[in-house]
Amino acid sequence: MDTSWFVVLSAFIFCIGAAGVLTRRSPLVILLCLELMLNAGNLALIAFSRMAGNQDGQVFALIVMVVAACEVVIGLGIIVAMYRRRLPIDVDAMSELRG
Amino acid sequence: MSPTAYGWLVLAFPLVGTLVVALGWKALPGRLPGWIASAAIGLSFVASLGMLVSLLDQPEEERQLVSSAYTYLETAGMSADLSILVDPLSVFMCLVVSGVSFLIHLYSISYMTSDRGYSRFFAYLNFFVFSMLLLVLAGNFVLLIVGWAFVGAASYLLISFWYRRTTATAAGIKAFVINVIGDVGLVIGAFLLFDGTGALDYVGVFEAAPDAFATNDPQIVAACLMILVGAFAKSAQLPLHTWLPDAMEGPTPVSALIHAATMVTAGVYLIARCHPLFELAPAAADVGAIIGTATLLFAATVAMAATDLKRVIAYSTISQIGYMVLGVSVAAYGAGLFHLMTHAFFKALLFMGAGSVIGAMGGIQSLDRMGGFRKAMPFTFVTFTVGALALAGFPFFSGFFSKDEILAYTLNRGGGYVVLGVVGYIAALMTAFYAGRMVFRVFFGPPVSEARELEQGLLHHGEHANPATGEAEDTDVGFPGAEHHVAEREWPMKAAMAALAVLAVIGGVLGIPGVTDTFERFLEPTFEDSRFHDTAPGDGAEWLGLAAGGVFALIGLAAAYHYLLRDPELRLVTRRRFGRLHTLFVNKWYFDEIFEAAVVRPVAATGRFGRTVVESTFVQGVIVGGTVGLVRAGTSFARSIQTGELRSYAALLLVGVSGLVLYFLIVAS
Amino acid sequence: MLFEQILFFIAGLGAIGGALGVVMLRNPFYSVLSLVGHLIALALLFLLLRADFLAAAQVVVYAGAVMVLYVFVVAYVGGSDEPLRPEGGGVSALGPLFALALFVELTIAVVGSSLGALDSPGRDIAAGFGSPGEIGKLLLTDFLVAFEAASFLLLVAAVGAVVLARKRRGLEDPETAPGVMSAHDAISGPKEAAR
Repeated sequence: MDTSWFVVLSAFIFCIGAAGVLTRRSPLVILLCLELMLNAGNLALIAFSRMAGNQDGQVFALIVMVVAACEVVIGLGIIVAMYRRRLPIDVDAMSELRG
Repeated sequence: MSPTAYGWLVLAFPLVGTLVVALGWKALPGRLPGWIASAAIGLSFVASLGMLVSLLDQPEEERQLVSSAYTYLETAGMSADLSILVDPLSVFMCLVVSGVSFLIHLYSISYMTSDRGYSRFFAYLNFFVFSMLLLVLAGNFVLLIVGWAFVGAASYLLISFWYRRTTATAAGIKAFVINVIGDVGLVIGAFLLFDGTGALDYVGVFEAAPDAFATNDPQIVAACLMILVGAFAKSAQLPLHTWLPDAMEGPTPVSALIHAATMVTAGVYLIARCHPLFELAPAAADVGAIIGTATLLFAATVAMAATDLKRVIAYSTISQIGYMVLGVSVAAYGAGLFHLMTHAFFKALLFMGAGSVIGAMGGIQSLDRMGGFRKAMPFTFVTFTVGALALAGFPFFSGFFSKDEILAYTLNRGGGYVVLGVVGYIAALMTAFYAGRMVFRVFFGPPVSEARELEQGLLHHGEHANPATGEAEDTDVGFPGAEHHVAEREWPMKAAMAALAVLAVIGGVLGIPGVTDTFERFLEPTFEDSRFHDTAPGDGAEWLGLAAGGVFALIGLAAAYHYLLRDPELRLVTRRRFGRLHTLFVNKWYFDEIFEAAVVRPVAATGRFGRTVVESTFVQGVIVGGTVGLVRAGTSFARSIQTGELRSYAALLLVGVSGLVLYFLIVAS
Repeated sequence: MLFEQILFFIAGLGAIGGALGVVMLRNPFYSVLSLVGHLIALALLFLLLRADFLAAAQVVVYAGAVMVLYVFVVAYVGGSDEPLRPEGGGVSALGPLFALALFVELTIAVVGSSLGALDSPGRDIAAGFGSPGEIGKLLLTDFLVAFEAASFLLLVAAVGAVVLARKRRGLEDPETAPGVMSAHDAISGPKEAAR
């Protein structure tokens, strides 16, 4: 139950989330994987907060939760807008930034 | 006022005139620009007189005055000021230039009426006079070159004055290009002199030259030859003469002023001014003498055969300047400059008369179409004949004293110069012949239709057309005006021509050998350092030379009379017998064609080669295209990263983060 | 202690399982549900770390509100089953590899770290550690600026969502235009119907 267990677990979840971002095609699922990564970060923060004995890490994690919520709202809004305009919901098809 | 103060005034008036006419032309009604311009030159002439008087007040030893307005250039080893040199030679040139220019301005006031570019004409004309005065008053080579270039520019502007005529613009360009060749020569010559003597102003160079160079030192010879190149281009000597006949495309007052009286004499002035250098380089002086002689002979032959009235006078100018160049090259400075003055008088007069006749002909300039104007234009006839007689060297007219004095000097030098002198006399015979030819063709014989109309009082209005090619024109700006003017009807033209006629007759008074040598004595302070100062022929030899010249003149005139009036068939017989020679003369000895083939075509071909091969293929293709291609190839790697795909960007992010973590791991361990 | 360790392993396995489910399940609906499970396991882990308030917030806000939002959107947008092998080619094939490399590095960093405190459960803590009162006190004193900024951010997000999702006036109903990929390109203006 050492802190390092929690941190390694958090790293594992983070990497799973990263692999998901690189692998999946649907932006919905990519957003979900992003949530995974954020939560992994939260876990690490709270573990360190426990290790240090003060609650700053927890407050940090709370704010991260808020930010994640906002991000989800906007991201889903974009997906809805894409759907509304009959664009394919597929990140490989969105390449207008191609240089 | 001191002579130099007058000198600055002489320069200031034409400059002010130019600015006033050029900037205020919209506000000046009618012929006012012409009067303002003429007044400016008139004031300049008065200032020249003042300069003369105040210079004569100075004792003889102190007649070389330099005045500097502004230090233009001062660096290590080189300094040039805006300075003028007032001495007898420059005063003389100022008087001739401003005086004759004033009369020509007067003439132009009425000649150029009805031309839409009236004010522009006078602005250019004043600018030209300013440039010419700058040239002759300059006290150092830098200002001389400035004046030289300005004069060339003014000449170009005035030759192509009727700018919508393609022949005129082509002639202007030709004149400018050939003048540039002269400019280059002059600059190189000035540089060689600077290199040898370390000075750029006349006083400095001439004092240092005998010490810096031995006689016929290669550098001084080269410098003098380069100066000669400049002089020949400006004065239309062989082989740089081809621009002058074409310059007759300009209005007649321009021909009178620039191409007879003033600009073309700049070369003669230059050689006279640099006489200490030419005396140190006799080889260059000899080259000048030979070219001068060759030119005077060549031009006289062409003048005998040319059919355009203005071109006959143009070739006559080339020939007479050949005499002047010969004169100053054999150290007959006084004689050469005296001839410059008298030539200015009678040549300007001849051009003015020609302008009047061409006006009567409605713009046509061909001698073949003219005849019998004696009764219709009596004033023009008298003044033109006076000018022609002076040109021919008829005894006791001004040309008699000046031209034959040069030949007397030449013969007196002995040795090879005798050949030159003999050639000069032969050409004098031809000169008299073609002078008579002009008079007899235009004014004698049965009157042509234009003459008959004029006798009735009707001025012929021909089609507005280019006299050379016959293309139709209109009378808007850029082409000649609608009206033609003859001297009989316009008093400014009459006044100017009368003044010049009087001068052409009595001008010789200044240089009658043995009786009045005012002219020589006046120029002495400038030329007394000449080595040939004491080799002047005695009075007896001079009178002999003059007598010979007079005889030749009379023979030439008689021959012209005989050919043209008494025995017209003789003319046709001669033409058939000397057919090939006649063709050669009429085609100007094919100089234009030679230049076209030897110079113009190769240069044009080089230009085309440059455009197609060098520019298009090499520069555009290789250098520009290659650079572009190189940049494109080099950045294609960077471009390939920008795929626009989200996942590749995310992958790059992840890889980057991993790399960073790895780096920190390694560092920490 | 043993009880906690057992709980840790259960929660840990749940979290990992949920994460793998999110990544590997083809139907996006199932991925969402998997994430919900993952979040609840995470809340348990938070509890083990004495972050009571945060655990509650996680369940209520995250699993409760945000995931419901996700469910709504997935229902609206629909989500077709993706094929098992993504056709992305190079990047997506190498994706798991990169992630694995990162995991290895991070593990080495943690395990080999010289930070001694990592090997202990943590410092001694007071009884109210992680309680709402304590968190609230911190939010309103030390972290007031962050608190206010976060609320501002929420406002911006709300406005942004409304802007993104509203219907543009004057635009023909995209559902009724046949054969049109998009009636209004977000970058250029309205396209012509035939293109």
